[in-house]
Amino acid sequence: MKETKSETETKSLYGSGESGSGSNMGHTLRVRRKVRHFYDRAARYGIAIGGLGIIATMLVIFVFLIAEVQPLFSAASIVSTGDFQISDSPREPGLHLAIDEQARSLLRISTQGRAIFLDLDSGVVISEIPLSIPEGDFINQFALDSEESGVFAYALSNGNVHIAQYLWETEFSSQGSLPAITPRIVYPYGQAALLNLGANMIDAIAIHTDQEDLLLAAIDNLGNLKLFHSVARRNIFNGFNVNYSPPPAITKSIDIKLDPLDRLFIGGDKRLLYGISDSGLAKVYDLKKMVDSETVEIFSEAQLVKTGVQMESIKFLSGGLSLLVADSAGFVSQWFVVRNDDIPTLSSVRRFAGDGTPIIATAVEQRRKNFVALGESGLLSLYNVTSQKRALTNTSFNKKLLAIAIAPRGNKIVAELQGGGFRSWSLDNPHPEVSFSSLWRQVWYESYPEPDYVWQSSSASNDFEPKYSLVPLSFGTLKAAFYAMLIASPLAICGAIYTGYFMAPVLRRKVKPLIELMEALPTVVLGFLAGLWLAPFVESNLPGVISLLLFLPVGVLLFGFLWSQVPKSLRYLVPEGWEAILLIPFILLFAWCCFNFSHPLETIFFAGDMQQWLSSELGISYDQRNAMVVGFAMGFAVIPTVYSIAEDAIFTVPGHLSDGSLALGATSWQSLYHVVLPIASPGIFSALMIGLGRAVGETMIILMATGNTPIMDVNVFEGMRTLAASIAIEVPESEVSSTHYRILFLAATVLFLFTFVVNTIAEVVRQQLRRKYSSI
Amino acid sequence: MMRYTKWTSSGRPWIWLNAAAIAISILMVVGLVSLLAVRGLSYFWPSDVMQARYSSSDSDGSELSMQVVGEVVEIESVPSSQVIAAGIEVSENQELIQRVLLKQGNRDFFNEDFIWLLDDSIEEIQYPSELVTLERQEWGNFYGKLHQLKENGIVVGTAANSEAVNWSDFSARLERVYAIRGQITEIENAEIQGINFRTNQLRLDVRELEVSGDMTEQRRLQLASQRLVLQSEYENQRQRLLGLNDQIMRDDAEFIVAGGEIVTIKFAAIVRAYRPNQLSIAGKFKVFLSKLGEFLSAEPREANTEGGVFPAIFGTVMMVLLMSVFVTPFGVIAAVYLREYAKQGITTKIIRISVNNLAGVPSIVYGVFGLGFFIYIIGGEIDQLFYSEALPAPTFGTPGLLWASLTLALLTLPVVIVATEEGLARIPRSVREASLALGATKFETLWRVVLPMASPAMMTGLILAVARAAGEVAPLMLVGVVKLAPSLPLDGNYPYLHLDQKFMHLGFHIYDVGFQSSNIEAAKPLVFATAFLLVAVIAALNLSAVSLRNHLREKYKSLEA
Repeated sequence: MKETKSETETKSLYGSGESGSGSNMGHTLRVRRKVRHFYDRAARYGIAIGGLGIIATMLVIFVFLIAEVQPLFSAASIVSTGDFQISDSPREPGLHLAIDEQARSLLRISTQGRAIFLDLDSGVVISEIPLSIPEGDFINQFALDSEESGVFAYALSNGNVHIAQYLWETEFSSQGSLPAITPRIVYPYGQAALLNLGANMIDAIAIHTDQEDLLLAAIDNLGNLKLFHSVARRNIFNGFNVNYSPPPAITKSIDIKLDPLDRLFIGGDKRLLYGISDSGLAKVYDLKKMVDSETVEIFSEAQLVKTGVQMESIKFLSGGLSLLVADSAGFVSQWFVVRNDDIPTLSSVRRFAGDGTPIIATAVEQRRKNFVALGESGLLSLYNVTSQKRALTNTSFNKKLLAIAIAPRGNKIVAELQGGGFRSWSLDNPHPEVSFSSLWRQVWYESYPEPDYVWQSSSASNDFEPKYSLVPLSFGTLKAAFYAMLIASPLAICGAIYTGYFMAPVLRRKVKPLIELMEALPTVVLGFLAGLWLAPFVESNLPGVISLLLFLPVGVLLFGFLWSQVPKSLRYLVPEGWEAILLIPFILLFAWCCFNFSHPLETIFFAGDMQQWLSSELGISYDQRNAMVVGFAMGFAVIPTVYSIAEDAIFTVPGHLSDGSLALGATSWQSLYHVVLPIASPGIFSALMIGLGRAVGETMIILMATGNTPIMDVNVFEGMRTLAASIAIEVPESEVSSTHYRILFLAATVLFLFTFVVNTIAEVVRQQLRRKYSSI
Repeated sequence: MMRYTKWTSSGRPWIWLNAAAIAISILMVVGLVSLLAVRGLSYFWPSDVMQARYSSSDSDGSELSMQVVGEVVEIESVPSSQVIAAGIEVSENQELIQRVLLKQGNRDFFNEDFIWLLDDSIEEIQYPSELVTLERQEWGNFYGKLHQLKENGIVVGTAANSEAVNWSDFSARLERVYAIRGQITEIENAEIQGINFRTNQLRLDVRELEVSGDMTEQRRLQLASQRLVLQSEYENQRQRLLGLNDQIMRDDAEFIVAGGEIVTIKFAAIVRAYRPNQLSIAGKFKVFLSKLGEFLSAEPREANTEGGVFPAIFGTVMMVLLMSVFVTPFGVIAAVYLREYAKQGITTKIIRISVNNLAGVPSIVYGVFGLGFFIYIIGGEIDQLFYSEALPAPTFGTPGLLWASLTLALLTLPVVIVATEEGLARIPRSVREASLALGATKFETLWRVVLPMASPAMMTGLILAVARAAGEVAPLMLVGVVKLAPSLPLDGNYPYLHLDQKFMHLGFHIYDVGFQSSNIEAAKPLVFATAFLLVAVIAALNLSAVSLRNHLREKYKSLEA
């Protein structure tokens, strides 16, 4: 009343101008009103912003996840960084090109034994080191151990085979400036020849070194193979000591007669020797046997190229397990040895196509399973073998390309042009291992007998092929959710039906909060009990648990029937709606019997040990922490969610509907089944959906109650690894922005989207249900 | 038969099955909570220590007879075939065999602190009153009989003394050790930690001045003198500590362990000592309370498998409080918008779907979001701007209390919104209309009338949110929880509340101790106790929220009428 008065007053004052005795009071009132309106409007906007903030939060989460995942699927980019000519253009044919770790210097080794180190930015020769070879001699054969070690063997025309190593010494100076690099050529096994094949032409040599062993092989044109093996116990703290000079501790030279071969390779596991002739026939020899007992055994033979197709280049992929064969038909094929029934067989695994022109050169990246292929037409293709992802750049050259090299970090490519020039590209290729097919399809990983879905994100070794299939994790997630729902849905829905329709109201008021308390139980406690109490319990009482699951419904029915036959005087002691309480002692007794008979049952039917019996008779293996335990524990977590929504749906069905049905003579079950349930069914459906969403995202129970092994097996007695558990275990130890990190974000995105869809469906269904009720 | 068909056609069997479902659910909750209560509380109860003779024969025929001393942990029966498969000889005609898990302790003298014994082979079971249980700083429990006491290596009480005299002497010396240990803890926690903190601050000041280029000679000298002061202060405290350490190492006690060997135990290593077989129920209850007190108020020992969980309780509470500060305003504003301001339409529909989705998104996804967004992006940015002197060591760009609270605030937001909205919905229209009719603006109505009436609903929402947050572990593993935090996030060093610090959490404690510790069998009772504590707190919070909600409903029912 007062407010309205003052309002009219101010209005009139406003109309008559700003003067007069009342103006002072009116002024303060006006200010006050302005302030009040300001507050009101500010609150309106502030609150609206707060409300819309919910949508914003949702969007930020979603956009952030997508933004973290997106780089996985972007293609590599190759940008040309120009040509350079070196002043003193090398006229001698080249043998090998290599780039240093910082991608600042290029090495070219020529047949005359000159190692030239160039600066990649300016093209200036930094240093030129001749290899130790006699005057006038030249290198006849060249073999590289691996791009990473830089150790190589070279054979001279006089039949001598030497070993040397190229490296760039890096010196880190004060912060800010680039570290200084000094290229060097060293002789880790001494400068003297380690093998001599005499006067015959050497056709091929091969070398393999690692921390302990040196294996050197050379073959002449008559097929005489000489093998040199030495075992040197290096000081592991010294690693690849540059100044390593003492002669190897134990050495062994072996002569073996083979058929003539044109190329030799020693496998990275030091067990296999690959001999390849120019016709494309490859033979895989047992190298271990050769070294140990000087006998020849051929494991496998394979024709690497079709007749009429020339092999242009053969190289090991990093790790020394796969051979990359580039041919004149324009393909690069990947081959590795597969053990089927313990017989190593050289198998063609996959092929990578260029543009059809012959592939003239390939280069492999040191640490990842990437390689570059150079087509005669000038097509430069970059591939990852695991994901089969490729990046291309077509470059028109007026000069012919001869050789190509890729930097250890995969950030630079350099090609040698005919006539002594070079061209370089910079490369941005952060996540080559990931493609749709490597995430969701079977991939034939190195050394695996067949294509498979594998999740193995890390390993001790450097040149390991990461296996990022999300299929085993998704499968594990769905498996866990399936068993959880199998336990939870009947219990929760039947429980909800009973509570919502049959139960006495007094009892319902007690029971509902009790079940809802279940929802508040931390999942870490459930997981702990499942892992440390339930899992051992189930393991030692397996027959009892299974018989409880199978026979409890029968037992309950029997009890119910017998109860209906009990004299009325006794029966009326427990009124309708209280059956559940009556059942509690019965179920306890029944469970007690089952567990007490567990061991006798085990002795009678399963020879005293059911797990043993399962694996020997049915071939089912048993893990202590298995899907059944997860089903129980996660079922426990899901029951209250499903129960409380389903119970609400049933309880809120208007009473007059079922009253009408009862009045027409239907039994209470019939009214429930034909009247109440159809109306409540969308609510029950949405309850199940929300329960499913919860089961899919549950982390702690899975983490604690399963073995977390990423296997794909529907067997209820085996464990699984889920998306959520993988995230929890692996994110803390993955490097920020690495492929692994982003893939875990992808797993989170998958979870997010799955629950988003499920929850949105549930919410839409529920909103419709609400509308339906309001019409009734 | 007639009866049976009549019974089935009435649909009664279905009703029974449905009743069974709810009965099983009730049994599961009650069973689980009682299991936790029994196993959790029995951890604190001093159990009797058994002494017996155990003779067994291996399948290779070797006979073994030994004295065993320890607490019976578990008795179970297994089929004999499983025992035989393990290489232990038992009589064939028995189908089931009872076996006993004995906690024999003395991990530093025996190989195993838990052994399985066949029940049939245990003879001469006794409960000698002079058996002593020692809880120690290291190596777990010790069981033995007190032999004699030594001071500075010289025997003070002899075996000639009666056991009772020896025990009272032992107790007196133990009291002295407790007192010294209290002083040591005081120095370590308060004094030395403060000095360390100030030293680190000094180092950062120097770095900051160097980076900004403001370092003058005068300042350098000033800082150097400050460092010298701190160093001498540290040296003082260190000397005091050394002196106390000498004092605490003065006394030794010799005990006879199972098998008759005599071993020496330093008094300094003893946490608690009692003779369980001699204790009355009241005496045991006293030990029970003392252990319970230690559990709630002490630091963990032995890689978290013994001692207390105080830092975990404290960390959980801090995190939850901080989370409440973030979640309450945002949640309440959103609910007010939905209920009071927004026009019901497509926008509110989308908001409601968002709220439901926020509630349904798996908690681990929040963890990932918190790590990637809060920690690496926002935290990294904060470090660049304000803490560049500490780089490359991150301050806020690493998991910590602030980020954990923010992440959980997001997670629990829907809980607060839903509860508040329900409360707002229950306030009758007439109340608002009355206020508006008196000339109040919408905001004034909201602020003076609606919100005060809805405050119990907000409390309900907040309590439920707190209960949810206290039990959530998965996201915390990514955004700030550690197994052992060196200091509490709230202490006497400026700025008192350390938002960047990592903290311990009860739920994570359960996971870590139960699944990552090396001696799980020994840690299990503690995990049960921790789990019970967590469940009890959460259940209490939930029940109070429920009763608050019911109270509110009753209140408005009368208003409505």
